[in-house]
Amino acid sequence: MSLNSKAAPVSFRNVTKIYGKDVVAVDDINLEIEAGKLVTLLGPSGCGKTTTLRMIAGLEMASKGSIHIGDRDVTLLPATDRDVSMVFQSYALFPHMTVMENVSYGLGFSGFDKAETKDRAAQGLELVGLRGFGDRLPSELSGGQQQRVAVARALVLEPQVLLFDEPLSNLDAKLRRQVREEIREIQQNLGLTVVYVTHDQEEALAVSDNIVVMRNAGIAQIGTPRQLYDAPADRFVADFIGEANIIPCEITTVHDRTATIQVGDFEHILPARGLDVGTALLAVRPTRLKIGATNGMKMTIAKATYVGSRMEYTLEAAFGQIFAISENVDAPLEIGSQVTVGLDEIGPVLLPTDLAV
Amino acid sequence: MRELTSEKTTHPVLLFWIIAGWVGFFLLPWYGVEEFFSFEWLIDGYPFDPDYAPAGFLITQGEKLWLAPMVLALIAPLAVLRKRKIDPIYAKVLIIAGAFGFGWMILQGFAIGIRGWNFEWAAALFGDLGDRQFGMGYGALICASAFLFLFTQGIAARGAINGDVFVVSAIGGVIVIVTAFVFFPIAKMLTAAFITDDGGYSAGVFLSKFFDDRLWGLGCLSGGRCGAALNSLFLAVLVGFITTVLGLIFALVVTRSGFRYKRALRALTVLPIITPPFVIGLALILLFGLSGSVTVFIADVFGVQPTRWLYGLPGVLIAQTLAFTPIAFLVLIGVVEGVSPSMEEAAQTLRASKWQVFKTVSLPLMRPGLANAFLLGFIESMADFGNPLVLGGNFDVLSTEIFFAIVGAQYDQGKAAVLAMVLLCFTLGAFYAQRFWLGKKSYTTVSGKGDSGVHPHMPRALSVPVLTLAMVWAGFTAIVYVMIFYGSVVELWGVNNTLTFKHYVTAFSFRLEDGGIRWSGAAWDSFWTTLKIAAIAAPLTAIVGLITAYLLTRQSFAGKNAFEFGTMLSFAIPGTVIGVSYILAFNVPPIEITGTGIILVVSFIFRNMPVGVRAGIASMSQLDKSLDESSLTLGANSWQTFRRVILPLLRPAILAALVYSFVRAMTAISAVIFLVSAEYDMATSYIIGRVENNDYGLAIAYSTTLIFVMLSVVALMQVIVGRTEIGRRMTQSRSNV
Repeated sequence: MSLNSKAAPVSFRNVTKIYGKDVVAVDDINLEIEAGKLVTLLGPSGCGKTTTLRMIAGLEMASKGSIHIGDRDVTLLPATDRDVSMVFQSYALFPHMTVMENVSYGLGFSGFDKAETKDRAAQGLELVGLRGFGDRLPSELSGGQQQRVAVARALVLEPQVLLFDEPLSNLDAKLRRQVREEIREIQQNLGLTVVYVTHDQEEALAVSDNIVVMRNAGIAQIGTPRQLYDAPADRFVADFIGEANIIPCEITTVHDRTATIQVGDFEHILPARGLDVGTALLAVRPTRLKIGATNGMKMTIAKATYVGSRMEYTLEAAFGQIFAISENVDAPLEIGSQVTVGLDEIGPVLLPTDLAV
Repeated sequence: MRELTSEKTTHPVLLFWIIAGWVGFFLLPWYGVEEFFSFEWLIDGYPFDPDYAPAGFLITQGEKLWLAPMVLALIAPLAVLRKRKIDPIYAKVLIIAGAFGFGWMILQGFAIGIRGWNFEWAAALFGDLGDRQFGMGYGALICASAFLFLFTQGIAARGAINGDVFVVSAIGGVIVIVTAFVFFPIAKMLTAAFITDDGGYSAGVFLSKFFDDRLWGLGCLSGGRCGAALNSLFLAVLVGFITTVLGLIFALVVTRSGFRYKRALRALTVLPIITPPFVIGLALILLFGLSGSVTVFIADVFGVQPTRWLYGLPGVLIAQTLAFTPIAFLVLIGVVEGVSPSMEEAAQTLRASKWQVFKTVSLPLMRPGLANAFLLGFIESMADFGNPLVLGGNFDVLSTEIFFAIVGAQYDQGKAAVLAMVLLCFTLGAFYAQRFWLGKKSYTTVSGKGDSGVHPHMPRALSVPVLTLAMVWAGFTAIVYVMIFYGSVVELWGVNNTLTFKHYVTAFSFRLEDGGIRWSGAAWDSFWTTLKIAAIAAPLTAIVGLITAYLLTRQSFAGKNAFEFGTMLSFAIPGTVIGVSYILAFNVPPIEITGTGIILVVSFIFRNMPVGVRAGIASMSQLDKSLDESSLTLGANSWQTFRRVILPLLRPAILAALVYSFVRAMTAISAVIFLVSAEYDMATSYIIGRVENNDYGLAIAYSTTLIFVMLSVVALMQVIVGRTEIGRRMTQSRSNV
């Protein structure tokens, strides 16, 4: 016997969550999460991502709409009855129980007999690399180890969905990379459905099959990490996932899904992404700007910062300030000097102008 | 895959309460037996003797037929035992059966009393009953609980609080017991204020008693006597003010001076917990009474004629100030420490002098705390019964007037009720002010983040008088406590000052005979009763307090604010009011417990419950909510979460609540003195009895013993908990009420 996965899809249908009388935490969202995928809910604080997660767990009840896990409507089921486990930001390990007791805790309520409970708990600890730690108290473990106990405790129940609420936020930077890789590995090996909440876009890009970007209680965009990074749907997503310079531009012609745009005197050709002739926005990552290109926008260096591996420049242009990164640290540009800034072939994308953001 | 509770067709909890209901109705004696904890009835005519018969037997014998409809409510739930919870019929049947059973029980309980019908119109409508009933007993109690919890399970099944049976039942249970033992007696007392001599109701009676000169008279302005209400008010304001100032002084010495023996001063905070309230009064008599040491000394030296100046306002004022200053100190030390040092340091860096910092930053930040301490002192003084009784003389206050209205020759329940209402209005007003006016104005500046820095010392101009006053008062307190001990080993105070253990021998002698111990001392009876009652009441208080705290901190439900207010209310109800209202409410069926030990236990539970609630809230808010949530997502239900996660983590709080309610039960006097009976005499009321017979030696010896017993209980708990947390915890629990 080994730990298996009973991974099930999750689906939100027109779900709204209202706190009190009129505080809308989640506003009419629809969301399909495939079985066996790791999906991240990403967004700034207060966007409703944690509420969404807690609604899957059954710790909050939807005010409107329905939530399905597998083929069952769980909208009205309390947390106890849902086949979902959660890893908390604080880990929420029971301080008065040993590691083994913590991991066995949920098994005791799931109808396993003693031998089986012990067996499964041992396997769970083995899986997260904590064999032999069973008799310790949580307070005798390091932060990373506590984190793994919390994961093991949730895993051994073989939940249909495993939830993570900002699991890495209490770890130091070095450990974060390691633990997120471990989580991803376990998820892929066992084929678990995982829903993962974070506000760290790099973490989201690194672990996810799909990312759900949330904003103001709604969903801004859903896609794979590459889709979101390379083809953000709007200015909010472009700015939230990685940094982006937003440059107002004019689409002069559109031919065969290719648009010609104009920024001042500078012309550039790139995919139109369904936009028509008129004003638009150009989103460019700081690394996709070519300082000193022959063909480009005229700008003045306003600030230059040396950060070791690269130079960071703030550039003053006719339309405002932009931020650029250059790998050339040996011959930094001087403040006040005039440069021509060009665009990479791939990377820059067109976005619709939206006044909402 | 997890089994869904909503899909299950077996309901162990439901089955349990159905069986409990049947047992209550068909097996246990329905009516109250003489002794709740004795099981003599088992061999004394049970089950056919009508006094001990279960309801089922009574009905089959054709007696008490009005109990019969409850059988329906016991049968109905059986029909849904195999239904699924989400089936609408499940909820409907349980709600109707529970509500009907419970409602019927209350209805018949109030309608039919020891003289048949309780209401004229019922007799007119249904004819003379020709039968009667007594107070409810085991059977009725269990049956009522069964109906209540069937009802709450029905409500839960309908989806209240996510269908959580434990939480809904806990809410229901707390509401019912608080209603039965706080609101019902108070309501009963209020109606008693309107009852005329011939049993009718009249507002005129109330008004005439309310505006009586003995309540509001202003005679003292012209050399006569003032009304009791005005006396109480005047005294309470004075005591509130003085204790706040003294409490602040002590708090400042402890936190903001270089004083070396701070720990010793902190020990002061334990004193009010372990001292029966009237003991201070006794010590003052030993010092300043007619034959008190100081009086005699001054009379000898200056040749002044000794007077009875102590008896009256001065004595009560001094005694209450001594007794309640430590309480103000407890509150204010938390407040003074709560002012973030970084605020004061910031002010200093902004070029304020020490004096300016104190005046412009520290003091204003403490203001709500000061008001809080004042109101607490006010309430405590209003409610104090022991000291005015011992020292009051001709100075009438409400709490003692109530006592004399009930116990004395006048025996006027209506008057007692009116006086109690006035007293209740004062204390509730203060309580209300504290919660709704101060509640929103907390300047506590402690945040979750570690606040490094130290409190600056007081400016010199302030520290010298403050330190002096603190020393003088601490010295006075010490002398008073030494007097208590000394007084207990003196033959006859002021007359024969030879040292003797006579009083201890009289009170606590025992002999070994026939292989057993014979407790021949005069005090043993009341001593054992006190220990027993306190030991029974303490765990119950802790349970009720912690469950309420759990509901308040961990659950949200409609009407939570009202729920909180209701559970904290009994803090503001003076013991004398509780005593009077319990007598009025519980000496007749359906709950007939006057004169038993139960009424003492019940009164302690509801008197001390707010303390348990506050202690529980304070420590539960230290537990991260994600612990509960993770337990829930791991498949435990809320009861399992409560039992396996929350309770084990609350062990220190539980212990503190246990010890505190135990000790408070041992020192209480105000409610107790109304509720004791010959069989259940408590230590405090026994001592008061001795005092009234001028048997000071025995009274003081007994008090000293009590103080040492409680001191050792508190010390034992300190050892067990392993930290000196108790003072702090009390601070929180009191300062937040």
